[in-house]
Formats: sequence, structure tokens, C-alpha cells
Amino acid sequence: MAYAASAPARSSLRSSERTRRAALDLGLFLAVLAVLWAAWEAFKAIGEATGLRVGQFEVNDRTLPHLHDVVGILFEPSRRNGPLLIGVLWDAALFTAKEAAVGFVLGALFGFALGAVLAHSGLLQRGFLPYIVASQTIPILAVAPMVVVWVNPRLPEGLKDWGAVSVIAAYLTFFPVTINTLRGLTSVDPRALELMRSYAAGSWRVLWKLRVPAALPFIFAALKIAAPASVVGAIIGELPASIQSGLGGAILNFNQYYISAPTRLWATNLIAALLGISFFLVVLLAERLVVRRAPEHVA
Amino acid sequence: MSASEPVVSLREVTKTFQAGDLTALQSIDLDVRPGELVSLIGPSGCGKSTLLRVIGDLVEPSSGEVVVNGKRARQARQDGDYGIVFQDPVLYDWRTVAKNISLPLELLGWSKARRTERVDELLALVELQGFGGHHPWQLSGGMQQRVSIARALSFSPALLLMDEPFGALDEMTRERLNAELLRIWEASGSTIVFVTHSIAEAVFLSSRVVVMSRRPGRIAAIVEIDLPQPRNADTREEPHFFELVTAVRDRLREGGLDEDRTAPDEGELLVGEGTP
Repeated sequence: MAYAASAPARSSLRSSERTRRAALDLGLFLAVLAVLWAAWEAFKAIGEATGLRVGQFEVNDRTLPHLHDVVGILFEPSRRNGPLLIGVLWDAALFTAKEAAVGFVLGALFGFALGAVLAHSGLLQRGFLPYIVASQTIPILAVAPMVVVWVNPRLPEGLKDWGAVSVIAAYLTFFPVTINTLRGLTSVDPRALELMRSYAAGSWRVLWKLRVPAALPFIFAALKIAAPASVVGAIIGELPASIQSGLGGAILNFNQYYISAPTRLWATNLIAALLGISFFLVVLLAERLVVRRAPEHVA
Repeated sequence: MSASEPVVSLREVTKTFQAGDLTALQSIDLDVRPGELVSLIGPSGCGKSTLLRVIGDLVEPSSGEVVVNGKRARQARQDGDYGIVFQDPVLYDWRTVAKNISLPLELLGWSKARRTERVDELLALVELQGFGGHHPWQLSGGMQQRVSIARALSFSPALLLMDEPFGALDEMTRERLNAELLRIWEASGSTIVFVTHSIAEAVFLSSRVVVMSRRPGRIAAIVEIDLPQPRNADTREEPHFFELVTAVRDRLREGGLDEDRTAPDEGELLVGEGTP
């Protein structure tokens, strides 16, 4: 019974092991950041020294600003006598986060429900999957204005304007969730199904006691793709909705002043990326809490 | 149902699979009496697992009659008259050992307090006290299979169906679990139908060994195992044990056995002796 002895020992080791792993991960993150930073600056330095051209653009402070300038601009006033840029972008990020979060939840629920319905019959899958795939081949920029026109007039006061953006974010979220839910619910071990049959369990109980828990790793894999996608959807959705308060508005705004102040757009992109990453991390954390699997089965 | 009435009664059971006109089972007649441990043995593909699934109403027979506990097989399944153990433990990774064992009880609507009490009894029965909070992947294969047995016994079914439950385990673990199964069988008073392709295992465990022939699966012979109870490691060294092993092997040969699958058992008999 070698395993019997090692199992409890493993759990007592876990906390110190975890601290060590976390420190290692942090070190790795900083090391990779340093390498990328150095590569950026080296490319810039060599490009400027040799007059290297990337396409039509010559490498200079406008096409490729110093990274420390991109970070530095965050702590300068956004306009004369105005608040710091980081404060402006923080508010914009929070606004976009609200749109994206609502869109993500809507899209995840709709995606899961659609996957669960399709899992019931191959006929439904063959009938509807082509249209579901087609929905994703249309560029979101082409769909967004229509969503705004359809959805906005029907929204209650509190959701006016930004509610339509959430629907656009949901549009990008649901697809991977549907595909993976379908896959997860239908790839259950046949003997596990036989076991449930031996208990005379009905299909509803088989769904909640077996199929859904078995599908969770698949569903979370999809949610990890969908979470940053919902942020992208929200940012793009703000453009046709003419919303100025979010990151989409900020990107549009700083785009106009790129020639004179390129670092502001870069800084906005940096914040948008951080928002997407934080969405991803929230899903990752939820997965750690919810999905109980053998370590080798957890992505 | 009187005590002498069979727990399982099969009459003229035939199963053909549509694909390839395969006859898996042909005219199977078998009665399993209360408290018996009956093994089904035969070459691979002889339909012994199919027969077990027919008894459990997991596979429908093409013709014939299947009566379990005096009821039609479907009714017996719906009444929770049997527990089943597969070759793989089929434990749910996302549930702890305790929650895996209590899954059938949850489906039956037992209260939490009753479930907890029953799980503690079962953990003691399969000697896994203290492992209730572990997850399946933290246990060895043998321990996982014991969890699976505890789950099958959780609602005290009259009948236990076991489909090569120790087939994937190493020989030493298998022998230990064989002895443990006999202890559990005596403690629980269940009737067991046990599928195996190991002759030694069948002889050691059973009251009767049902020898099946190669496709189409038929009952070639039934060997009564009159080894005294309780059986233990010494039983495996008695001359009569070897005589019965030989008898079962001869019946298998007459039925057209698959040498490849059954031959290794002879060697396996000696493995584990004198090893801690």
C-alpha cells in the first residue's frame, strides 16, 4: 500500500510546495518580460542605427516608442491640467470590464444551453452547427452596428447603450463554449453511462450528476478562450455604439492623435491587454476552485 | 420470494447483434441460488460480459426470459436490485471517495446523515477507513476497485454483478482482493455473479463455475466447487484446488478455449507465494 502512505504526505507538503511553485512562476514571468523588453529595445536601437525599414515605416519613436515611454506616459496628465492618463484609462477599463463581464456571462450561459440542447441529438447538430459556425465567420465589425440598432431601442434605461455592447461581447463568447460543451457532454465514458443506467437514473440526473461534471474541463478550456474574447468584443462594440467612456472610445480618440502622441495609444493597448489577461485569470482561478481532476488532467 | 427461489433465472436466453449477424449468446439456461457466488468463465469473446449485462438489463436479449429476484430484469434494474462492478473502477474524478460511494444513495434520495453513516460502514467493510476525503486519483488501482465494490454494495442489493473486476490488477493485489471479496460476500450475504478469464480466480471464489464455449456463447459445463469455506491462501495449495483447476481447464478445452487467455493462469498460481 505504497499509495496509502504517500497520499496524506502529499497533502501536507502541498502548501510549501505551492509557495515554491508560485515564486518560480513569478521569476519566470519576470525573466520572460525582461527578455521581451530587451528584444523590443534592441530591435529599436538596431533599427534606428541602421535605418532599417519595416514595410514603409522607418523605425523611430513614432512607429516603435521606447517601452519606458509607453509606461511613463501613463503617469502624465492626459491633457493640459487634466487627470493622469492612468486614471482616465482605469475608468475606461472599468467601464469596458462591466460591458465585457455582462457579455461574458450572457454568452457563457447561452453557449452552454445551446451546447446542451445540441448534445441531445445528432440531427440537431447536423442541422444547426453550420449556422453556428457561419455566425463566427462574419466579422464582428460587420455585425456590431446591426446589434446596436436592434438591441438599443429595446433596452431599459439602466442598460441603454452599453447593454448592446454586452450583446456584442456575448456574440464572441458563446461560440467556443457551445462547441466545447457539446464535445464535453457527448464524450462521457460509456461505462459511466452504464453505471447510471444500472441505477435507473433518468436523463436529467445523468446530465447533472455525470455529463456536466465530466464536461467541466472542456467547458473551462472554452471559457479561457472566451474571456479575453469578450473584452475584445466589448472594445469593438463600443465603436458603432458611439460609446466614449470605455477603452474603445479611448483607442478611437488616441488613434486620431497618434502622429503627435503615439505613446498614448500604445499605453491604451497595454491597459486593454491587461484587462483581457485579468479576465483570463479570473476564469483560471474559478477553474482551480471548481474542477477537481487528477493533476495530469488539469490544463 | 422464498429462500430457495433463484435470484437469477435465465431461460433460453439468446443474443444476436445486428452487425455481422453475430450470435453472442445461444440458448443460455442458468439459475443462480440465493447466497451463491457463480463465476462465468470462457475465452475472450464468448459472451460472458454480454450475459452479465443481460442479467443487469444493460443489454436486451434477442429472445428468452431473464428473471431477477422474481421480477423481469427491467423491473429489477429499476428497483435497484443489483449493484455492478466493472473491470475499470469507473469512479468519478470530481467526487471524493466518500461521495463516489454515496452516489447511488444520493440518487435514491437518502438523507445526508444516513448517507454519511452508511459510507462509514462501507469504508470499514472494504478497509479504506480514513480515505473518504481522498480523490480517486490519489488511490492505487486496487484501492480504487475496492471503492467501486463499496459503491455497488452501498444500497445493499441482493445481487452483485462483477465484470472481471480484478482483471486489470497485478496478481498479488488480485489474490488479496479475492480473499477480501470472499470476506465481504460472507459479511453481506449477497449473491454474486462474477465474470473472469482466470481459472484460479474462478475456482478460488466460486460455489459454481459456469464454463462457456467460444462463439456462439453457450454453457459448456458447470463445475461445482466443493472447497470448504472459509477459504484462504492455504486453499490455493490444496491438492483438491489443483484438481478443480484442472477440471475447469479440461471443460474449457472441450468448449474450444482460447489457450492464449487462460494458459498464463497456471504460472500465476505460484506468483506471490513467499513474497510479503
